[in-house]
Amino acid sequence: MADKTFKLIINTPDRKFYQGDATMVELTTSEGEIGVYADHIPLTSVLVPCVMVIHEGTAKKKAAVHGGIIEILKDKVTVLAEIAEWPDEIDVNRANEAKNRAERRLASKDADINIMRAELALKRSLARLGAVD
Amino acid sequence: MASMRDIKRRRDSIQSTGQITKAMKLVSTVKLQKAKGKAESTKPYFDLMYETVSSMLAKSGNINHKFLKAGTSSKKALIVITANRGLAGGYNTNITKLITNSGISKEDAVIYAVGRKGKEVLERKGYTIKADYSDVINEPIYTDAREICDEVLRAFTEEEIGEIYLAYTSFKNTVVHIPKLIRLLPVDPAAVAEHAGGDDTPMNYEPEEEEALNMIIPKYVCSLIYGALMESVASENGARMQAMDNATSNAEEMISDLSLKFNRARQASITQELTEIISGANAIE
Repeated sequence: MADKTFKLIINTPDRKFYQGDATMVELTTSEGEIGVYADHIPLTSVLVPCVMVIHEGTAKKKAAVHGGIIEILKDKVTVLAEIAEWPDEIDVNRANEAKNRAERRLASKDADINIMRAELALKRSLARLGAVD
Repeated sequence: MASMRDIKRRRDSIQSTGQITKAMKLVSTVKLQKAKGKAESTKPYFDLMYETVSSMLAKSGNINHKFLKAGTSSKKALIVITANRGLAGGYNTNITKLITNSGISKEDAVIYAVGRKGKEVLERKGYTIKADYSDVINEPIYTDAREICDEVLRAFTEEEIGEIYLAYTSFKNTVVHIPKLIRLLPVDPAAVAEHAGGDDTPMNYEPEEEEALNMIIPKYVCSLIYGALMESVASENGARMQAMDNATSNAEEMISDLSLKFNRARQASITQELTEIISGANAIE
């Protein structure tokens, strides 16, 4: 089972991010974390900012993905992400800063701040940091 | 015949115009290369997005969803993508013509303008300009598209407008650009389903179908807007390059014509002077 591969395509508006044969891909949808093997039931779902792990046999690749949609077919998985980054493209300091800023905003309980935006920023920075380590 | 000085002045002025158009051509050639590369690298995303949404709608059959049926309002939002600058041949007028000939009445149209030229023309013709995103067209990024998208979708869900159209110039290749007017919302499931092919595996949704469509359709609209922006920028520079190329070759043609006239005038004046001198000398004898 594990060595059966499927075609994985990850595209963002600016580039073709990834295209290849994977045995498994882990990602987080709006309903929770899922892992997709080949022969999955057809499923369309919405991605939230998360760390995506692509398994190519024994090799693993991590990437930060910020929102998008995923379409799973029997032998093909298409991810349309708004932003996708490999770990070496991520600025750890900036992500850390963004995380602290977002946490502080959420903790301050100020009525003026946009909680949804801060939460999203926090999720994004966590996804980035998760992809790096 | 015009005097030598007049011809010379005219030739010099055309020469400097020719230099300017030549420089502009070079600039837009470089810009075109850049814009073309960008438009090409974004294309796979939109093709895939279109395919995904098509197959989604085809597989999910008849769903009753707010994005799939026209709103009650008779107002129609038009996102009009033109350039901020002219001198690009028919690029801007093609788009405005497309709108005036589209059969959408002035009273019903609500314009979301991207690009100053289109906005100015439509404003003069009496269309309602709701918003102006002209700064975006210089260097469009995905966030810009999302901003426009959020705004029109908000108006759509609040039933201020019933339909959303997008007017842009599709970039086929360096010399062929086609002005297009497409309907973004409501999505026409019949038209979309045609592209979906015969695959009829039932599709599951997580979250529920309606909620999934709620999230996916905005992304779809947003990506179409972004794609249109990128293609329009490429088309604009392509159109300008062509226009400036024509202008340069016209200038060259006029210069060679004027040079001939100038030489003729010079020769004529020399001949005339000689005749005068000879006849003067003859008179003295």
